[in-house]
Amino acid sequence: MEHGDPSLRSSSESAANRLVEVTCTVNGTARSLRVDPRATLLDTLRERLELTGTKKGCDRGQCGACTVHVDGRRVLSCLTMVATLDGREVTTIEGLAEGDRLHPVQRAFIDQDGFQCGFCTSGQIMSAVALLREGHASTDGEIREAMSGNICRCGAYPNIVEAVKQARS
Amino acid sequence: MRAFDFAVPHDIDDALGLARDESAFLAGGTTLVDLMKLEVVSPEQVIDINRLPLHGIRPEPDGLRVGALERMEDVARHPAVAGPYPVIAQALLASASPQLRNMASIGGNLLQRTRCGYFRDVATPCNKRSPGTGCPAQHGDNRGHAILGTSASCAATHPSDLAVALVALEASVRLRGADGERTMPLADFYLPPGDTPHVENRLRPGELITEVIVPPLPWAGRSRYVKVRDRQSYEFALASAAVAVDLHDGEVRDARVAVGGVGTVPWRLPAVEDALRAGRSHEEAAALAAAGARPLAGNAFKVTLVQRAILRALTELAGPR
Repeated sequence: MEHGDPSLRSSSESAANRLVEVTCTVNGTARSLRVDPRATLLDTLRERLELTGTKKGCDRGQCGACTVHVDGRRVLSCLTMVATLDGREVTTIEGLAEGDRLHPVQRAFIDQDGFQCGFCTSGQIMSAVALLREGHASTDGEIREAMSGNICRCGAYPNIVEAVKQARS
Repeated sequence: MRAFDFAVPHDIDDALGLARDESAFLAGGTTLVDLMKLEVVSPEQVIDINRLPLHGIRPEPDGLRVGALERMEDVARHPAVAGPYPVIAQALLASASPQLRNMASIGGNLLQRTRCGYFRDVATPCNKRSPGTGCPAQHGDNRGHAILGTSASCAATHPSDLAVALVALEASVRLRGADGERTMPLADFYLPPGDTPHVENRLRPGELITEVIVPPLPWAGRSRYVKVRDRQSYEFALASAAVAVDLHDGEVRDARVAVGGVGTVPWRLPAVEDALRAGRSHEEAAALAAAGARPLAGNAFKVTLVQRAILRALTELAGPR
């Protein structure tokens, strides 16, 4: 991940001394990493663990494209320091399907045409999976509110609501 | 982002012992990591406090106690919060997004920094970020800025919804530092900018918020948080009102009113509360909300908006009057 963001590049002795050991589970597999404490979960997933399904949109906690689950809760990976994740369990979009069998929420996004360009979609799906588990969204309005942390610049919102409803039923 | 040392203490005393002047405590990270990326803040040491035993949401005889590391979403959904203090639950659920609420801690929420665009942009002057450099908001883009508690040095709003509800309920914060523990009302904790906008509160370097205490208020079950913003969700307030009323036969006997999105600190409105206690109409009481306001070129609309936010909360709680 050090190569992704130029500001993270450092070959100095002191930077090497600051590395932190982290062991966490990613999509069911234990991963042990030595990380720069500046590394976000997002950059670590994409650039070190080659899990590029999680997308970098704003990188500022404002768009939701980087949504993943940590210990079963939906969070923003761009604002999560991977150094804080020792012993935690991370699930990304790559961890939802069972082999070739899609997760019901993935199936529903395809069936309901819940995306156009697709950039926000993995974040939308991770949010929707968590939303169904949380159990606070029964009306369309509640679904919209519960999905409000995921911005879709193509404006696929009506179909995203339909996809959540299909997955719920 | 600048390099920093990283520590993960498991004990509160260890965390306090590690803290230096240039340290930052990391809980949910939703403010800190964002501002570190922008290089608005660049601590030399980051102390991950997530392993500290600062949890629990417990109703006690002296009030509701909420551990500083409890997450916004969990607090909002807790029966000891949502039942007796709906204004707290509503303020929390009107904040940020579910993902951010799953991350952000209660202590961190109270310490979040302003959303002023000049504060967040290191290419511009800002007295809060770099004392003495000036305040471009005074004559620049100030539509989102404060109208109450401002100074020539700073007009940045305090962004927390939760803090507005807690100030209305006369909540306190428990603080712990290497020198010991102290408790103070949240209303006294925050400092208006004056000539030193970089000093935002009474927290000392190396001191932690450990707990929030909300005193019992039997009629707080009738309370409401109204938040007006540029979009329906996932946005900071332009104006907000935290209101609780003690209602008898349709008459307001007592009230608590605080407002957000308009003040440099969470803003309690004793004049509005007095007017309601004295039996004045809701409109007359709400009209007192912006007394002493000093709007800037772009935010005079907030004078009316904050009055209407209060009026709406009163109407929803007590019916039109």
